[in-house]
Amino acid sequence: MTSTTTTVPSAGPVAGSRSFLSRLREGDEIARVITFLFAASVVLVTLLLVFELWQGSVLPRHKFGFNFFRTSVWDPIFDQFGALPFIFGTTVTAGVALLIAVPLGIGAAIFLAELAPARLSDTLEFFIDLLAAVPSVIYGLLGVFIVVPLMREYIQPGLKNTLGFLPLFQGPAYGVGFLTAGVVLAIMVIPYIISVSREVLLSVPRDQREAALSLGATRWESTWKVVVPFARTGIFGSIFLALARALGETMAVTMVIGNTPTISASLFSPGYSIAAVIANEFTEATGDLYLQSLIELGLVLFLLTFILNGLARLLILLTSQRGSEMSHV
Amino acid sequence: MKRIAGILLVALALAGILWADTALSINGAGATFPYPMYSKWFDEYHRKNPNIQINYQSIGSGGGIKQVTEGTVDFGATDGPMNDEQLKAFQEKHGSGILHFPTVLGAVVPTYNIPGVEASLNFTPEALAGIFLGKITKWNDPAITDANKGIKLPANEIVVVHRAESSGTTYVWTDYLSKVSDEWKTKVGKGAAVNWPVGLGAKGNEAVTGTVKNTPNSVGYVELIYAEANKIPYGSVKNAAGVFVKASLAAVSAAAADAAKEMPEDFRVSITNVPGKSAYPISSFTWLLIPEKFSDAAKRDAIKGFVKWMLADGQTYAENLSYAKLPKEVVAMELKAIEKIQ
Repeated sequence: MTSTTTTVPSAGPVAGSRSFLSRLREGDEIARVITFLFAASVVLVTLLLVFELWQGSVLPRHKFGFNFFRTSVWDPIFDQFGALPFIFGTTVTAGVALLIAVPLGIGAAIFLAELAPARLSDTLEFFIDLLAAVPSVIYGLLGVFIVVPLMREYIQPGLKNTLGFLPLFQGPAYGVGFLTAGVVLAIMVIPYIISVSREVLLSVPRDQREAALSLGATRWESTWKVVVPFARTGIFGSIFLALARALGETMAVTMVIGNTPTISASLFSPGYSIAAVIANEFTEATGDLYLQSLIELGLVLFLLTFILNGLARLLILLTSQRGSEMSHV
Repeated sequence: MKRIAGILLVALALAGILWADTALSINGAGATFPYPMYSKWFDEYHRKNPNIQINYQSIGSGGGIKQVTEGTVDFGATDGPMNDEQLKAFQEKHGSGILHFPTVLGAVVPTYNIPGVEASLNFTPEALAGIFLGKITKWNDPAITDANKGIKLPANEIVVVHRAESSGTTYVWTDYLSKVSDEWKTKVGKGAAVNWPVGLGAKGNEAVTGTVKNTPNSVGYVELIYAEANKIPYGSVKNAAGVFVKASLAAVSAAAADAAKEMPEDFRVSITNVPGKSAYPISSFTWLLIPEKFSDAAKRDAIKGFVKWMLADGQTYAENLSYAKLPKEVVAMELKAIEKIQ
């Protein structure tokens, strides 16, 4: 295969040995250039986005500097803008959403991929894909009309009576707030986690399961100790997708979060997220500093997504190293 | 045959495009509050003058000011007058000024949802400012109960609901609170979007109405027409003469008539808390924003024609849609002001 006499056109390292012209004629080079351009466009769009956000937020960056991240006043009348409550709200709601959605989603995916009969699994998958395609405003309405009253009447008083000693569950039950926004977000991202994780679990080679079973493992042991670790990277991928959606979700969050920039230990408190405040105030922001502060919030959201994604990736790296060490033992 | 029919169809379509092109199209954008009124007017005016088509996008007062300043629309509309800084920005950009034309009037009302309370409540300015500052936190606070003798109010926490986005309704509401409370004026101020001391934010009149309806012990503020259309309770407010007045078209007109006596040349006037006995204190004009200079003479004449029609025949449509008509004195002043458009 390594000799130059081969006539079989092949990609990769071997292709380098043929002349540029022949590769061009055979279409390889054209395909390479075109697909490279497509891939590069992603980087281009990202850079353009950061550049525009950076350019558009000159005034607040000069006026507030790092205080923009530290202060929590958002006052268009007296021209004081701080991002802290919005960063807090975005992080907390996404955190609550993942806390609920990850165990539920992965559990459901394991059932669908490993334990359920194929027919049931395919039928349910159809419904899950449907759910993933529902527009977010619909989830917002669901939140306003169903989740908010349920929270106010039953769940929040219930939590207060049982776990009320924790600062997380104190204060008046408005129905709207961090917890409600987190729950609605969880409902929205669960289909992503299930759908992607199920595909990944299904693609685990059959030998892996058979090997575990032949060693005397039970069905559950082979699933939990062999199949799930094998599919770990893909499952983490589904969680990233869910995290990204939770961080950037706008419409559904703004309908149930209470739209008040607060930082509070209580999950019952109304709050605000970055995406929600941009959606609410951008069209009518009068005054350059106000408008540019909103643009800087966009930049902050970008950074936040970047950092959280980085942290999540680091987590994977650490756990997968530990996993491989264990497998060597 | 089919081919001929096809050619005819294409010809017809082309003719349609060309014909539509000859109609004069004027674009405006701004306040959401007068949108039902404006769409009715523009529709009627188009019927009377088929060659003039006025398009209006209700994107909000702030958006209206921004777009007319940037020159992306021919005219703007707003519920709060442009401030000096905004006027200066327009002057600098276009080399000529912009005019305010009052069109109709509206009112902002305090709406509430207290389980077990059916009666209409009375609100003093002190009570409203206290509630929205977060100083009055219970419904049975003396500041509220003293004005509502005979109504049993619960000892429940008050949930304040306000607009989440910037809006003309908020401008009128905070303009009023700034006039009646010094603390509000220095701590919060007036504007289309403010730093609220307490409360939940909801987007749009509809969402405020909805949140108040669904949240026990809540209080919010909405445009009068929304409160009436949704049949939600709203309270009377004590005016500057010391009388509790419930918002109505007559009470809003009374406030306008009061203000008309001292109407400034540029129509930028706030009519909250005017002295008249029968005046509802949280009333406001809503304005069209029309540039002084038009480069396109046809557009200029069409807009002038529309404003003249709006001040005469147009006003007769207002009350059917729950907007208060302009006082005669203001109409007379505006007819003079139209001549400033060149």
